[in-house]
Amino acid sequence: MQQSWIILGATSSMARAMARRLAKEGATLFLCGRDMDDLAATAADCLARGAVCAEALPFDARDTDTFAPIIERATTEEGVINCAVFVGSMPEQDAIDADPTLIAGVVTDSHTGPATFLHMLAPHIEERGQGTVVGVGSVAGDRGRSGNYVYGSAKAGFATYLSGLRNRLTRAGGHVVTVKPGFVDTAMTWGIEGMFLVASPDAVAGDILTAVAKKKNVIYTPFFWRYIMLIIRHIPEFIFKKMSI
Amino acid sequence: MTWNKLTYTGWGRARVASGLVARPERLSTLIRDLTETRAPAFGMRRSYGDVALNDEGRAYDMTRLDRVIAFDPATGIVEVEAGMPIGDLGRAFANKGWIPPVMPGTGFATVGGCIANDVHGKNHHVMGSFGQHVTAITLIQGAKTRKITPKSAPDLWQATVGGLGQTGVIARAKIQLMPCKGDMMVLTERRIDGLDAFLVAFDESRTDYTVGWIDATATGARLGRGILEEGEITSGINKSRDAAKSVPFNAPSWALSAPVVRVFNELYFRRVPAKGRTSVKPITDPFFPLDAIHNWNRLYGKRGFHQFQCVVPMDQVEVLRAMLTRIGTSGLASPLAVLKKMGAGRGGYMSFPMEGYTLAVDFPNRDGAEELISELTDMAHDAGGRIYFAKDSVASAAQIAGMYPDQDTWAKAVTKADPDRAFETDLVRRLGLRDGTGAA
Repeated sequence: MQQSWIILGATSSMARAMARRLAKEGATLFLCGRDMDDLAATAADCLARGAVCAEALPFDARDTDTFAPIIERATTEEGVINCAVFVGSMPEQDAIDADPTLIAGVVTDSHTGPATFLHMLAPHIEERGQGTVVGVGSVAGDRGRSGNYVYGSAKAGFATYLSGLRNRLTRAGGHVVTVKPGFVDTAMTWGIEGMFLVASPDAVAGDILTAVAKKKNVIYTPFFWRYIMLIIRHIPEFIFKKMSI
Repeated sequence: MTWNKLTYTGWGRARVASGLVARPERLSTLIRDLTETRAPAFGMRRSYGDVALNDEGRAYDMTRLDRVIAFDPATGIVEVEAGMPIGDLGRAFANKGWIPPVMPGTGFATVGGCIANDVHGKNHHVMGSFGQHVTAITLIQGAKTRKITPKSAPDLWQATVGGLGQTGVIARAKIQLMPCKGDMMVLTERRIDGLDAFLVAFDESRTDYTVGWIDATATGARLGRGILEEGEITSGINKSRDAAKSVPFNAPSWALSAPVVRVFNELYFRRVPAKGRTSVKPITDPFFPLDAIHNWNRLYGKRGFHQFQCVVPMDQVEVLRAMLTRIGTSGLASPLAVLKKMGAGRGGYMSFPMEGYTLAVDFPNRDGAEELISELTDMAHDAGGRIYFAKDSVASAAQIAGMYPDQDTWAKAVTKADPDRAFETDLVRRLGLRDGTGAA
């Protein structure tokens, strides 16, 4: 059966890597984001690598008017409609401390924007009785740290949303995979000190597609982050509050 | 963050650079950053020496700009971003009946690097150099971005193809692909007993892809013995995707010591039966034999290695013999040594190819290696030949004087394109390439 994928935030390197892998499998791709020139390049690349169809569509997490046209376009396709969400924004915590009104944007980009989109898409997945949603969160959402807790809290909210959506869609035959990447070698982490065990975007994309095929619920990628975060989550709060990690 | 403080090397790992590196993921980011900071670009750093390094300066890592931008199935013209590995390009279009007409010895080399070094392949005698099949280049020179063709800017074009990135950052390129029946190759291998027999075999060879592996440890009557590989592309599509192996850590120094290499080469020579053999292989095997082992450069240990590659005119066979004798008695030769007959095809002022014989040999970065390479460089110079910048990390400005007859023309065009030398790299500085030969 033909697989169609809506990819939100398709200019990110993880999304690009996943689109490329899906292209090789002959998927139909809707590459959504703001930089249309860049999305057009990725679309052409996916077509060359085997995608049945690859289109660039405008998407802005802060502009809900951009949502419906994407869903309308995708649902004209027969077969399975899937969606992968890579959007999110992480301003420096210092910048947020200087201007707390930035928080609304972070929450919109990382949580409420994509949640609104998925809420509009969910009835279509229920109607077709199949389809997978991949939501990319972050290990930063597992525990609030002074370094990036605004971003972390938005991702935590999104993870909770995905958990609920999984509960809802499973009853109708759909599925939701929550992905929590550790450090990934992207433009976001380039040149930031203290990065370790950094994974390539392509390795993360491979892990995601394996999780989709195996209908996993929550994955950490690379896998060992599950154990790192297990430890971090279990540090008692009275100790954790004094730590700087 | 835009800039990352990195220490990096070329493939040979014998030369090291540190400096700030940006790795843009979008063309718009690259243009924005270059408008602010002009600096040279590098790709997968598969050139051996320091041609792509900028020690204590800044550089752009192009590997995230690696996409196909457009493809016309009617003409076979493809436009790609400069950071795309040439092997990826080959794999993407072979099943549509098109392949890059020229592919170097590694599929990891990026298209930008293939243009900047005007690389050649095993079919150079038939198809010429890579740059001859490029039809347009998007060149970012700072605030100015230009799309050039051989006709629209002939001087800048010839200074850019094989121009070591000195005219600006190559961001995108259009390439005329070559129609192909499939992505399999019929490969015939046979033993060749010595140098003279090799030269006869090259003359008699009628295949599109021809290359000789040389046992560089052989001396005396066996001098120049090796294996001739002749290939033709054939129909069929390769479906297998064998996982690549990797060399996980630096090998100890004895791994490629003289006795080990002698034994290895003997076995490698005998691997091909005395009467020769013919097989059908996926195109990538004969094209990129070493790509199947990731990080094979670690076999040379942490000190790394050098490659010497020169081309000498057809009538300089005795120099070739003298070089092989010198290498054979040095105890420094490694298993990797290649001989090939080149045609005249070249795309730019500073392109390496010339009609003649090209010899490439790896040497571990041990005592005596640099002196040996320096000696070989002088021999190539005296024979009217030249060395390949994509491989060099040893030569001096005086040694290469006169090797590239168009160097002064190139230097003038480059000065026009980049008057304040923002795109200079370590090799260009070391060899004083932009100063010209002083002949004019």
